[in-house]
Amino acid sequence: MNSTLTLAPSPAAPPAEPAVAPEPAAERDPALSPVIEKPIVEIDRLDLFYGTKQALKSISLAIPEKQITAFIGPSGCGKSTLLRCINRLNDLVDGVRIEGQIRFEGRNIFDPKVDINALRKRIGMVFQKSNPFPKSIYENVAYGLRIQGINKKGTLDEIVEKSLKGAALWDEVKDRLDDSALGMSGGQQQRLCIARAIAVEPEVILFDEPCSALDPIATAKIEELMEDLKKDFTLVVVTHNMQQASRISDLTAFLYLGELIEYGPTKKLFIKPAKKQTEDYITGRFG
Amino acid sequence: MAPSSHARRELLGLSFTALCGGALALDLLLILGLLGLIGYYGGRTFWQQNLVELELADGRKLLGEVHRREAVPAAQGGGSRLQLRVGNRDLSGADFLWVDEKDVVRRCEPADAVLLERLEWGGFYGRLIELKKGEQSLASGPGLEAAFERLHEQKLAEGEEVRRLEKGAIGRVNRALEELRLAGKRLELEAPPAAERARRQAELEGRTAEKQAEYEQLASELGALREKLSAETLVAEAADGTHKEIPVGAVVRAIYPNRLGTAGKLGLYLSRVWEFVSGDPRESNTEGGIFPAIFGTVMMVFLMSIAVVPLGVLAALYLREYAKQGPLVRMVRIAVNNLAGVPSIVFGVFGLGFFVYTVGGTLDRLFFPEALPTPTFGTGGILWAALTLALLTVPVVIVATEEGLAAVPRIVREGSLALGATQFETTFRVVLPAAAPGILTGLILAMARAAGEVAPLMIVGMVKLAPTLPVDTQAPFVHFERKFMHLGFHIYDVGFQSPNVDATKPLVFTTALLLIAVVTAINLVAISIRNRLRKRYAGSAV
Repeated sequence: MNSTLTLAPSPAAPPAEPAVAPEPAAERDPALSPVIEKPIVEIDRLDLFYGTKQALKSISLAIPEKQITAFIGPSGCGKSTLLRCINRLNDLVDGVRIEGQIRFEGRNIFDPKVDINALRKRIGMVFQKSNPFPKSIYENVAYGLRIQGINKKGTLDEIVEKSLKGAALWDEVKDRLDDSALGMSGGQQQRLCIARAIAVEPEVILFDEPCSALDPIATAKIEELMEDLKKDFTLVVVTHNMQQASRISDLTAFLYLGELIEYGPTKKLFIKPAKKQTEDYITGRFG
Repeated sequence: MAPSSHARRELLGLSFTALCGGALALDLLLILGLLGLIGYYGGRTFWQQNLVELELADGRKLLGEVHRREAVPAAQGGGSRLQLRVGNRDLSGADFLWVDEKDVVRRCEPADAVLLERLEWGGFYGRLIELKKGEQSLASGPGLEAAFERLHEQKLAEGEEVRRLEKGAIGRVNRALEELRLAGKRLELEAPPAAERARRQAELEGRTAEKQAEYEQLASELGALREKLSAETLVAEAADGTHKEIPVGAVVRAIYPNRLGTAGKLGLYLSRVWEFVSGDPRESNTEGGIFPAIFGTVMMVFLMSIAVVPLGVLAALYLREYAKQGPLVRMVRIAVNNLAGVPSIVFGVFGLGFFVYTVGGTLDRLFFPEALPTPTFGTGGILWAALTLALLTVPVVIVATEEGLAAVPRIVREGSLALGATQFETTFRVVLPAAAPGILTGLILAMARAAGEVAPLMIVGMVKLAPTLPVDTQAPFVHFERKFMHLGFHIYDVGFQSPNVDATKPLVFTTALLLIAVVTAINLVAISIRNRLRKRYAGSAV
């Protein structure tokens, strides 16, 4: 249904309008970037370079608490890169240079004093491809707790059950918790990864195209699950599936060639986009 | 496109497929041929053949087993000749004789022909005449066989007692004496004040005298037992009529092959196989068993595995997980791969120079000065052999581990990091377990290589005949400094260094068969562990 989305920008596309100037938050055009009352994550004039190539250009946006924020845009627009900045997973990539700030609960995460492992405990992540560890289902969910030194059987049992229930997986796996996680179906594995993420009780969960490798039924389950998770967690979702973004998210940011083109409430962005580029993209005129 | 061209291309493809299949079939044939040949010759070594008595044209009589039959070249008169195993090395000097079949005038298989397997001098082929004690006759004629059987059982038990005394009590006293001697030398080296020195010397001398007396007593006990063991003798007659007196205690088995049915021969076969795998060698490795060689091989491989796994896995972890990938790491990787191609004898020489002389010599100077100039660790031993082979096989483990690590997807590592794990935790809790089957594959290859390696071991501790196993009941129970026997070297030794080549040639095949069996058994254990790991991580990419 979205086969055109991965195509490169067509030459017929209208020339890009002048980039939105990275003004301080107060001077931002409210039509392109809404004022968020209670942001949990604030991205402030973030630049990211892979070697000499600039992948993110002065991105500023605020993510509200206990809502679903979606990043959309064509392949290579930098939406995954931006997401991976929030839990500093890009630190592992050779030759990456980051300028600007991301504030998590008011504190800059790039501050050298920040404990990166503690940060990642509070900002969980679910990946594009399910990545269960080669361990049993139980041990996959318990992994993050064991890392924190929680090894008491009773506590672990309780949290594993709660997390699997939270990920709508408990009924399917409660009788085979000791089986290898790699024997599960793709959709189950992805929900296991969600259970694994929520087991450590983070504040924010990042989803990097979580349904791109799943069939429609498994996708629907994950989407339903995300609606539920919104009650307890702040969700940030990268997706190339615009229907998905419009179905589940409260806010949507449209990125194009490393720039934030437009950010706003999902309904507004899909029904009445402020920018022509946004409109072209969501109507499928280029992908 | 012309149809003929199409047909030609099809034909080319088909013939290439046939060529590939043919090459595989040839490989399989060669391997099966190898196993079949070794299995055939190795398996039949212990099968007892009937004894034949030959009367020759010149009046000589021979008794023995037909070992081989071959055609005589026409230039030498044609026909065929037999190689006969006639035994009686103490009478005739040679175990084997060639007989031209033209010269044989009569051939029969007498039922009373006996083969006596002896502790010394190999087999005796002949007939039993009489059982004697000193000059007094105990039995002869029809009751002889039964009387011998009864007596022989008793003598076997007595022989066992002699061995137990030698290895047990006398061995203990000898070790105590040696320790006292070393204590004396240590006292000299320490050079304490004169008064204390005199006191301790007196104490040592007293204890030495005590042990010496104990030794004398045990030695006389042993002498009495030995005398008892050889009190009764068996008079046997060789085919040419010579009589020979053999102590009953020196007989391992008395067999009447011509009376044995297939079942009896099978029983004999199995009992000989058991003796071979569980017994100690006799008669400079031409007879008896090869248990010390099996034990030495397995233990050496085991020690090598303990050394090579941490060494290889940690090095591979550094190369793959921690080192910054660049030209230097690439060069190190190439060097490691090339290390696998260095001739094994070079590793042996390195092991001798580094482990034996440098490390061992230093250990001796620091911890065993009283034993010098007799080296303790400064000579070849099972530990140095295992470490030398660990160096030889470490590239295999590094390469296999690196492959195993590389097969763990990046996204799985990121999954662990995203949960707040450090890189160390990620490596040990997620990456290493996932790479474990790959590591085991490396270990399997390393063990197979180590078990078959002979050349480097010859200069770092492998010997033709080791009097004691590297593990025994004497503290500290495991003796890393001891020399050891090895199946690979045993093959070379019995095949090419033996004083009795014709007799030991079958043992070459049997020992080779056993070496294959041992390597297979070790590998099967490792493979079953790997399969269990794979099952636990079912569906894993590695």
